[in-house]
Amino acid sequence: MNTPQARARWPERAFFALSLGAVLLPLGILLILLVLVGHSGIGRLSWEFITSYPSRHAARAGILPGLVGSLWLMGLTALIALPLGVGAAIHLEEYGKQSRMSRLIEINIANLAGVPSIVYGLLGLGLFVRTLHMGRSVLAGACTLALLVLPMVVLVSREALRTVPMSLREAAYALGATRWQTIRQVVLPMAYPGILTGAILSLARAIGETAPLVVVGALTYVTFVPDGLDAPFTALPIQIFNWVSRPQRAFAENAAAGIVVLVATMLVLNGTAIYLRSRLQKKRS
Amino acid sequence: MHLPASTPPPRPSPIKLGIEKVDAWFGTQKVLHGIDMQIAERNVTAIIGPSGCGKSTLIRSLNRMHELSEGARIEGRVTLDGADVYGRNIDPVLLRRRVGMVFQKPNPFPSMSVRDNVLAGLRLTRSLDRRRADEIVETALRGAALWDEVKDRLSGPGLGLSGGQQQRLCIARALAVAPEVLLMDEPCSALDPVATSRIEDLIHTLKATYTIVIVTHNMQQAARVSDYTAFLLAGDLVEFSETNRLFTSPRDQRTEDYITGKFG
Repeated sequence: MNTPQARARWPERAFFALSLGAVLLPLGILLILLVLVGHSGIGRLSWEFITSYPSRHAARAGILPGLVGSLWLMGLTALIALPLGVGAAIHLEEYGKQSRMSRLIEINIANLAGVPSIVYGLLGLGLFVRTLHMGRSVLAGACTLALLVLPMVVLVSREALRTVPMSLREAAYALGATRWQTIRQVVLPMAYPGILTGAILSLARAIGETAPLVVVGALTYVTFVPDGLDAPFTALPIQIFNWVSRPQRAFAENAAAGIVVLVATMLVLNGTAIYLRSRLQKKRS
Repeated sequence: MHLPASTPPPRPSPIKLGIEKVDAWFGTQKVLHGIDMQIAERNVTAIIGPSGCGKSTLIRSLNRMHELSEGARIEGRVTLDGADVYGRNIDPVLLRRRVGMVFQKPNPFPSMSVRDNVLAGLRLTRSLDRRRADEIVETALRGAALWDEVKDRLSGPGLGLSGGQQQRLCIARALAVAPEVLLMDEPCSALDPVATSRIEDLIHTLKATYTIVIVTHNMQQAARVSDYTAFLLAGDLVEFSETNRLFTSPRDQRTEDYITGKFG
């Protein structure tokens, strides 16, 4: 039993158990959260809840403006942050020379990814709402969220571009491709799955953000859905926060139901992106 | 119009590539010292030497791939049909369509099928109609002696082929662009002996049409495939002559030591 082989095996097993625990623990906590929230919110979940406007009466209140507002924000944030972020990553990774300047930019981007979201909210308020006169609009909110996720999009996209082997770029150059043709037809197709993963993570972060939107001026009681870029708006987390802060118990149930809607929306978004990614990968093999 | 491979090439052949006083650097490290060489048209020229002697740098300076590396620099003249490839009005992109390259490790594009890999060089730069594309694919694959093995799986992934087939696919990809010169940077070093001998046979056939420069660390290979051989040592061109003469009666002591296996 106490052979050298057996002794060599027990750290192996211990590590296996440890990593299994690291997987199960967060999953378990998430499950408990979902069960608790689902249990108290299930009574309020209905088509009506999703298609109704907020109300003073908890039983009649719905999540529609928050849901539509969040979808607007997500769409606009993606439209703004993804081209900018991927473009910046391409520039830094494919065109940028190793210089003091590029290292400085690199460090700054990494730092920006760690700046608290409330700071982005204040920046958004000063820059988009006031200086650029966007007002407290859904566009100003989306611009702020785009700024917030931009560093993450850049970092993840660079990482994805870096995984494309240098030998493939050389193969393209040797065939007489220009730099742009090489990027467009060889590098990007290989990096797309990684870039999409980054996009998923970034947007998942943006959809849960509350603080910067409050600062930018999202409303908490809205009885309409945005009808344009300049419309006032609210978002799911803000609506949930609003309900949680009410004293009546019935509103707490609304909040729980709202959380279920938020998580479901996130799942749909992520599911779509994962589907797109696997389709891209299948096309390759 | 071409002589069979067994006939010795007529001499002197016209000069396809001229290398004049070429120095090359990586950062502050000088890796080539005043190389002078002339490469004969429709012949195979081998560059041999121990690892790190600068043979890859030399071949990469011929299609201006060297300058793509960070901190890389080059001085001197390289001429293609008499025109300086480092001249002010030369576009390296257009140059590389005349001077194709095959790399050490087979590197087909993973996202593309066999067919798309062959067409990659043309697709990158312009659009093709389907019939013309089919012709090019067949001609290039036949040229690379791969057609019979892959004609039924043209739409399969390029990475699904064996290592040797992948390397011939890379050769077909280079041929599809219709270059005049083919540079091969240790094309067989990642392949088994059978695959290696097929590529060597292929080189024999290709030299009827193309000027070939091959870098190899395998002296037997240089002796088998090339008409001329250059021996590089620590960035210096030690000896450059007809392959036969270099291997049977080298003029320089260092060449003799290297080919008899005293170092390297």
